[in-house]
Amino acid sequence: MSDSMSLSRVRVATTSLAGCFGCHMSFLDMDERLLELAKVVEFDRSPLTDIKHCGPCDIGLIEGGVCNAENVHVLREFRRNCKTLVAVGACAINGGLPAQRNHLDLGDCLQQVYVKRDGVEEGGVPDDPELPLLLDRVHPIHEVVRVDYFIPGCPPSGDAIWKFLTDLIGGRTPRLPHPLLRFD
Amino acid sequence: MGGKFLFDGRPVPFEEGQTILEAARAAGHYIPHLCWHPDFPPHGSCKLCVVKVGGRHVSSCALPARDGMEVESNTPEINGERRALLQMLFVEGNHFCPSCEKSGNCQLQALAYELDMSSARFAHFYPDRPVDASHPDVLLDFNRCIFCELCVRASRDVDHKGVFALTGRGIRKHLVVNAESGRLADTDFAVSDRAADICPVGVILRKRVGFAVPIGERKYDEAAISSVAMEKGE
Ligand code: SF4
Ligand code: SF4
Ligand code: FES
Repeated sequence: MSDSMSLSRVRVATTSLAGCFGCHMSFLDMDERLLELAKVVEFDRSPLTDIKHCGPCDIGLIEGGVCNAENVHVLREFRRNCKTLVAVGACAINGGLPAQRNHLDLGDCLQQVYVKRDGVEEGGVPDDPELPLLLDRVHPIHEVVRVDYFIPGCPPSGDAIWKFLTDLIGGRTPRLPHPLLRFD
Repeated sequence: MGGKFLFDGRPVPFEEGQTILEAARAAGHYIPHLCWHPDFPPHGSCKLCVVKVGGRHVSSCALPARDGMEVESNTPEINGERRALLQMLFVEGNHFCPSCEKSGNCQLQALAYELDMSSARFAHFYPDRPVDASHPDVLLDFNRCIFCELCVRASRDVDHKGVFALTGRGIRKHLVVNAESGRLADTDFAVSDRAADICPVGVILRKRVGFAVPIGERKYDEAAISSVAMEKGE
C-alpha cells in the first residue's frame, strides 16, 4: 500500500473498557468482509494492533462500560482523538450486565471476592497503586463523554457492525433495520 | 352515530363509542401501545399510543373517535415522542435484556426496535428492588415494571384476587404484592391466573421455562411488533 493510499484511508481505533471482548469478536465475525474493510480502513489503537495510544482518528469504537479509573482516561483519550465516537454493545450503552453490581456496596463486593471467599489464603483487597481503582458504579460511556452513535446488542452481530460501518464510511446515516437491531 | 376520520390521511370508519385506537386497529392500522390491552378498559399510563389531533397530542386509547377528525400517528414527530417515552421507561428500570428471560417476547423491547431506539440516552436510575422468588411457580423482578397495571387489573377484575397493586408516588412508585409479608407465596396467586400471563415485560415470570424458546423463534424475532400485534389481536 503506497503512502498516498494509506493517507486517504479511514482511520479507526477500537478499545474494550469494562467489556468482555465479545463485541470485538463480533467485529471479527464480519469474516471475509474484513478484507474489504481493510482496503478502506487503517487501524489506530486497538486490541488488534500494537499502538499504545489513540492518535487522531475518524472513528472510535468503544466496547464496555466504565467501571474503573483507567476506563475513564482511555475513554477521554478516544473522545479527544476520534471525530465520531461509537458505543458498541449493551455494556457501552447502558452499563450492561456488569452494571448489575450497581446496587451492591463496592467494599462488600471486594471483601467477598478477595477476603471472605472459600479457599482464599492470606486474603486482602489488592491495593497496589499500579491498579486502577474501581468506581462505585458502572456507567454507560455516554455519562462520561459525548457519544455520536450507538450499536446495540450483546454483542451486536457481525452483520450489524458491517451495516453500520459501511453506512458511516459511505457517508450515509447509519441505520440498523429489524432484525439487525437487537438488545440481547 | 359513528362516522369517519382521517388516520394518517386515510379514511377510517368508526362506531359510536369506539376510541381512535380501536377504530384504527379495526381498519388495520397499528398504533403502538403498552398499557392498552383488548380485554381491558383503557388505562392511559404509558402514553405510547399518543397521536396528534388538531395540533394536540392525545392518548388514542382513551379518546373517542369523532367524525371528521384528522389524526397523525406514524409521523417523525409522534414517533420521536414515542421513542423518548420508551427511553424514559428503559432508564427508570433495570432493562438488561441480555440476561432477561423475556427478551424476544417483550413488548417494551419490541417497540424500541420498531421505533429505531438504539440507546436509552438518559442517565440510568438503576433501581434496587429485590426479586421475589417465594412462590413455587412464578418469580417477580420488580426492576422491570413499567406500571401498566395490567397485572393489577387482571388479578382484581378477572381473577378476583387483588394480588398486585402499585404504591408510592412519583419516581418511587412501584409494584407491590398485597400480602402482609409482601411476598407472592403468601397470596392465593396461582400460575393459572390471568395475571400470571398478562405482563408485557419481564416482571412476572414463570419458573423453569426461561430460555426455552430458541433465538430466531421468539415472538418478535421474525416480524416486528407492528405486524405481530395486529395478527394476534394484541
Ligand atoms: S423486560 Fe423487556 S426491555 Fe426489559 S430487560 Fe426484559 S426484554 Fe429487555
Ligand atoms: S408487573 Fe407487568 S403487568 Fe404489572 S404493572 Fe408492572 S409491567 Fe404492568
Ligand atoms: S396505550 Fe394509551 S396510554 Fe398506554
